Amino acid sequence: MDLKLSDAQPTAEERAAVDALLGAPDSGWDGGARLTARDGHVAFGGHAARDQRHLLLPALHALQSSVGWISEGGLMYVCLRLTVPPADAWGVATFYGLLATMPRPRRVLHICDDIACRMKGAKRIIDRVKPEAGNAHHLPEGDTIELTETAWLSSPCLGLCDQAPAGLATIAGPEPLERLIGALTADEAAGFLKTGSVPARPRPKLPQQGDAGLTLLKRVGTVSPTDIAAYESSGGFAALRRAIEIGAAAVIREVTTSKLMGRGGAAFPTGRKWDAVAGQPEKTRYVICNADESEPGTFKDRVLLEEDPFAIVEAITIAGFAVAAQYGYVYIRGEYPLAIERVENAIARAHASGWLGKRIGGADFDFDIEVRKGAGAYICGEETAIFNSIEGYRGEPRNKPPFPVESGLFRKPTVVNNVETLANIPAIVLEGGAAFAQVGSGDSTGPKLFCLSGAVQRPGVYEVPFGATLRGLLDMAGASPASDTRAILLGGAAGMFVSGDQPDFPLTFEGARAAGVTLGSGVIMVFDKSADIPDMLLRIAAFFRDESCGQCVPCRVGTVRQEEALHRLATKKSRLGTAGELALLAEIGTAMKDASICGLGQTAYSAVESAVKKLNLFETAEPR
Amino acid sequence: MEETDVIFLWGANPRENHPIIYHHILKGIHHGAKLYAVDPRRTPSAQWADVWMGLNVGSDIALSNAMARVMIHEGLVHEHFVAHATTGFDAYRTSVEPWTLDKAEQVTGVPADVIREAAITYAKAKKAIICWTLGITEHHNAVDNVLALINLSLLTGHVGHYGSGLSPLRGQNNVQGGGDMGAIPNKLVGFQDPLDPAIKSRFEKAWGVQLPNKLGWTITDMFHAMERGDMTGLFVIGENPAQSEADQHHTQAMLEGLEHMVVQDIFLTRTAQLAHVVLPSTASWCESDGTVTNSERRVQRVRAALQPPGDARDELWILSEMAKRLGIDWGKPTAESVWNEVRTMAPEMFGGMSYPRLEKLGGIQWPCPDESHPGSLLLHDRLWAEPRGGPPAPFSVVVYEPPVEMPDAEYPFQLTTGRRLDSYNTGVQTAGYASPLRRAETVDMSPEDVDRLGLEEGDSVEIASRRGCVVAPVHVEPNLRPGLVFMTLHNQDDVRVNLLTIDVTDPKSGTAEFKACAVRIEPVRKPAAAAGD
Repeated sequence: MDLKLSDAQPTAEERAAVDALLGAPDSGWDGGARLTARDGHVAFGGHAARDQRHLLLPALHALQSSVGWISEGGLMYVCLRLTVPPADAWGVATFYGLLATMPRPRRVLHICDDIACRMKGAKRIIDRVKPEAGNAHHLPEGDTIELTETAWLSSPCLGLCDQAPAGLATIAGPEPLERLIGALTADEAAGFLKTGSVPARPRPKLPQQGDAGLTLLKRVGTVSPTDIAAYESSGGFAALRRAIEIGAAAVIREVTTSKLMGRGGAAFPTGRKWDAVAGQPEKTRYVICNADESEPGTFKDRVLLEEDPFAIVEAITIAGFAVAAQYGYVYIRGEYPLAIERVENAIARAHASGWLGKRIGGADFDFDIEVRKGAGAYICGEETAIFNSIEGYRGEPRNKPPFPVESGLFRKPTVVNNVETLANIPAIVLEGGAAFAQVGSGDSTGPKLFCLSGAVQRPGVYEVPFGATLRGLLDMAGASPASDTRAILLGGAAGMFVSGDQPDFPLTFEGARAAGVTLGSGVIMVFDKSADIPDMLLRIAAFFRDESCGQCVPCRVGTVRQEEALHRLATKKSRLGTAGELALLAEIGTAMKDASICGLGQTAYSAVESAVKKLNLFETAEPR
Repeated sequence: MEETDVIFLWGANPRENHPIIYHHILKGIHHGAKLYAVDPRRTPSAQWADVWMGLNVGSDIALSNAMARVMIHEGLVHEHFVAHATTGFDAYRTSVEPWTLDKAEQVTGVPADVIREAAITYAKAKKAIICWTLGITEHHNAVDNVLALINLSLLTGHVGHYGSGLSPLRGQNNVQGGGDMGAIPNKLVGFQDPLDPAIKSRFEKAWGVQLPNKLGWTITDMFHAMERGDMTGLFVIGENPAQSEADQHHTQAMLEGLEHMVVQDIFLTRTAQLAHVVLPSTASWCESDGTVTNSERRVQRVRAALQPPGDARDELWILSEMAKRLGIDWGKPTAESVWNEVRTMAPEMFGGMSYPRLEKLGGIQWPCPDESHPGSLLLHDRLWAEPRGGPPAPFSVVVYEPPVEMPDAEYPFQLTTGRRLDSYNTGVQTAGYASPLRRAETVDMSPEDVDRLGLEEGDSVEIASRRGCVVAPVHVEPNLRPGLVFMTLHNQDDVRVNLLTIDVTDPKSGTAEFKACAVRIEPVRKPAAAAGD
C-alpha cells in the first residue's frame, strides 16, 4: 500500500518496543536500515504485509506500555511495519480509552469513579490527589494532559466492585507495571503518584470459599492458579480428555442437552451456537472467549480468569474441538493485568504439557490459543465489535446478519462465548448434559454467578444454582433489610434498578422476565438510603456517552442528549420542566432502543428508565 | 482484471498514471490477486505489490527471457497451448537458454530467487494478466520489449481466456480509438494493411482516389524528414510536439524551420504558438458527437453537451471545410455518417456497431461483424478454439540490448522520466487547474546520492546531458536507488526535461527512449532564477 507517512520518527525506545512484538524489520522498506544493494531491487508487501493488520492493537499497546503514550513517530513506525494507513491507525488508537494519543506521563493512576466505587468514596480519593495538580504533578480532571512525571485519570468500572474503591496503577517502561488495587485509600493513591510505590494486597477471600457445593468456583482460593499439576490433580483436563473420547458431535449433543445459556447477558443457547458453527461449509473456524468484562458492577469473569485460568483454557479447547476450530482467542479487557498474566501462563503450561498445540490428547486435533488484550472499550464486549478489535480495526459492532456463526472473526465461522459460559463446559462434558440440566429451575439450568457489591457486608462473587431468589442472595451477602435499602441495580449499567422493597423473585431467566427486569451479566448492586441515586444515573449516562462507539446516530446522539437532560434535571435548570425532560428522555430512549445497531444503544436508557419509573426519582407535580 | 489470480504491472504505474483502471486492479487485489510490479522505481503502484521487482532500466528482455527459461526448465510450459496455437517455440527456447538466473540477476539487478519465484507464480496461476505501459514502450527497442511479454503469455497460455491476457493500459479514454480509426502511419481503419493490394483497391474504389504505395511516416520519421528538408509543411491535430518530443532543442529548431504549420487544438499550446495558422476546435469529450474506444476495445458513444466557445469549430467541420478548399466536396458529414463509413470499410471489426445498437448496449467490444453479434469479450480465444481460428501466434526471439546511453564517468546518473498523479503529459490540459498534491518540477534522487553530493531537499542543481541542461530543485525520494534519478515532463515551461532526453527511437514503433539517458548533476551556487535553459 502506498502509505502517506509523515516525517516523524520513532525514538529508539519506541522502535524497540514495536520490534519486540513484531521482530526486527526485514528490509529498509519496512523500517530497517536501508540496505540498498538488495532493497534497491526488491521489496515485499501486498497481501502478506496487509494480513498483519490484526497486530495493530498489540503494537499500539507496546508503544503505550513502553513510553506511556502513542507519539506520532511511534504511530508512523507501526504503520510502516504493518502497512496500515496512518489515518486509519489513528482512528484505532483514538478509539480506546487506555491508549493516549497526547503526551501522557509514564506513571498514571486510573481511579475508578464508577457507581460501585462512587458509593465507596472514589470522590474522596480524587479530591485528595486533585489539589496537587497545581504542583504540575497531576492532571486537571478531564482532558488537558500536560507532560508531567505522573498523572491520574478517572476511569469507568475496573471490575473490582467487591473491593471498592479501586485503582489501576500503570508505569510505562521497558518492564511496564500494571496493577489493579482494591480498597484503595486516598493516601495510597497519593503515595503511588508521588513515588510509584504500589500498595500490597493479600489475595481476597471468596465469600463462599470452602463450600463443597461449588462447581464454577470450586478451585478459587483452594487450587494454585499457576500450577498445571495442581490443576490436573484437582480434576483438570479430565473433561477435555473425555471430550476427545466421545467425539465432537457428542460434545455438542451434551451441551445442547444441558440447555446451557450464554452468561454474558444475551442468554443464547450455547449448544445451538456450537452446532451452527460445526455445520458450516467453511473449515477455517475460530473460538473467542469474550473476557472483555466491562459491564459496571461485573467482576465474576475476572475472578475465574485470575483464580482458575486453566479451566478456561480447557473449556476453550473443548469448544475448539467440538466445532473443529483451529485457533482460539481470549479477549481480556486491558484493565485486568493479573488475569492476562494468569491466562497467558496457563496457555504456556498447557502447551508444554501437550494440552495445546499439535495432536492434542493424541487425537487428530490441533489447536492454539492466544490472549488479546483490550484497551479500554466497553463496546468491545459486543460479540461483533470484538472481531473488529482483534482484526485491528476500531471496535465498532457489525451489522447482523451475517451472524458470527457464519461470518465472524476474519469473516470465518466463529464461536463467541463468555468466560462464565465456558466455565460450565467441563462439568457438562464430565457429568453429561442431562445431569447439568437437573440443576436449576425450568429453562434456567446449571449454576450461576452473581456479583454482589455496594451496601452489603460481604461483597463478592456468589455461585448459586439457578432458582435462588434475590432476597436469598442479598441475605447471603449481608445486605440491610429491605426497609433500609433504597435501590438495587440488576444487570449493571445496561440493566435496571428495582426499589429496595421489590417483592422477592427467583433469579432465573423466567423469573427475571416475570418481574420485568434483566439478569444481564449477574450484577446485584445494592444502594442504601444514603446513596445519591441521581448522581449514579449521571455517572451511568456519562458512561454510555463515553463508551458509545459513535458509529450509529441514535446511540451517538442519544447518549449525549440523555446525559444533558439528566444534568438539567439534577441542576433543576430545565426550561422544559421535570415532566418535559422526562418525556424527552423517554423519547430519546425509545429512539436508541429501536434504532441502535447493537446492545449498547439499545440498553443505554434502561437503567435511567427503571430509575424514573421504579424509584420515583424525579417527583413531578404534573401527571406524566 | 477483477477476477484474475496474478497481475503483473510491467513498466506501469497505474496508481498514479491510470487511476481509473487502478480501481479495477484494486478490486482484483481485494479479491485475492497477487500483484507483481516490475519497475526500476518503487512507485506507489509497486508499494501495493506483493513483490516489487526493481529491475535496471531497460533490462526487461533479460528479465522476461530468464523467466521464460525458468518456466521451460521447471516444466511449466503449457504444452498443449504451445503446440496448438503458436509457432517458433524451438527457436525461442534456444534463444532464452543462455539467460540463467545468475546472468539475469547480473543484468537486471533483481535477485535470482525473486525472478524464479515470479516466473513460477505466473506460470502456475490459473489466470494471470500482464499490464504494461510506457516503461515498456518508451525504449529504443519498444516493440521487442512488448514481444518479450507476449512470449511469456504464449508460453503459459495466459491469453484468450477469461481473467488472463495482455493489457497495454491506455493513458486516455480513446488511445485505442485513434488506432482503430487508422490514425497511425502504417494502418488503415480497422488495422488494415495499406500495402495489401486487395485492401488498397477496395479503399481506392470506395474513396475514388489513388492511394500511395508506401506507408506513412511516424512522428520521428517526420522530424528526420524535416531535417533533410523533405518535409516543409505540417498539420498538427491535438498534439504538442514542441514539448512532448525528446531532444527539445532539436525539435523546436525543426518546427521553426517549417514553411507552413497548421495547428488544430483546443488550447494554444507551445506548438500552436509556433504555428502559422491555428484552428480552434471542439473538445471531443463534451462538445462533439462521436465514439471512443477504451482499453477493453469497447466502442462507446460520446455526445456533445456544450456549445463550443467562441470560434471553436467541430473537428469534422474543420476537416471537411479543409477538403472543400482543397477541391473535394464531402458534403456535410455527421459523426454518424463517418462512423457508418468506418463500419463499411472495416466490417469485420465494426460492421455490427450501428449507433442505435451502441446506445442500446451501452457500448460494444470489437470485433462485432454484424448486427446480430453481441461483441467480443475476448480477442484471442480463437487460439483455444478446436480447430484453432486464424493463424497461430508466433513466439519472437528477442535480444536484450541495454539503453543506448548508459551512465559513464562523465554523465554518471541514469535519468528516467515519467508522470505523476495530478498532471497530464505536458500539462496542457492540467497545469491550469490547482491540485493540492502538485509541486514544481524537481529532480528526484535517492537519499544516498543526495548525501553524497552534499545536497539537501530543495537545493538547486544543474542536470546536464549530452544534449542540454536544465536547473531544478532536488527532491529526496527514498523509492529510488542510488544512481537513478527521475523527472517528469509535466512542467516543460519551467523545466524543459526533454532538452535532456535522447532522440533514439524504436525502428518499428518510432517511440523515443524517454526512459533512459545519462546525466550529470551539479549543485547550482547562484539563485535558481536561471532555471529553464
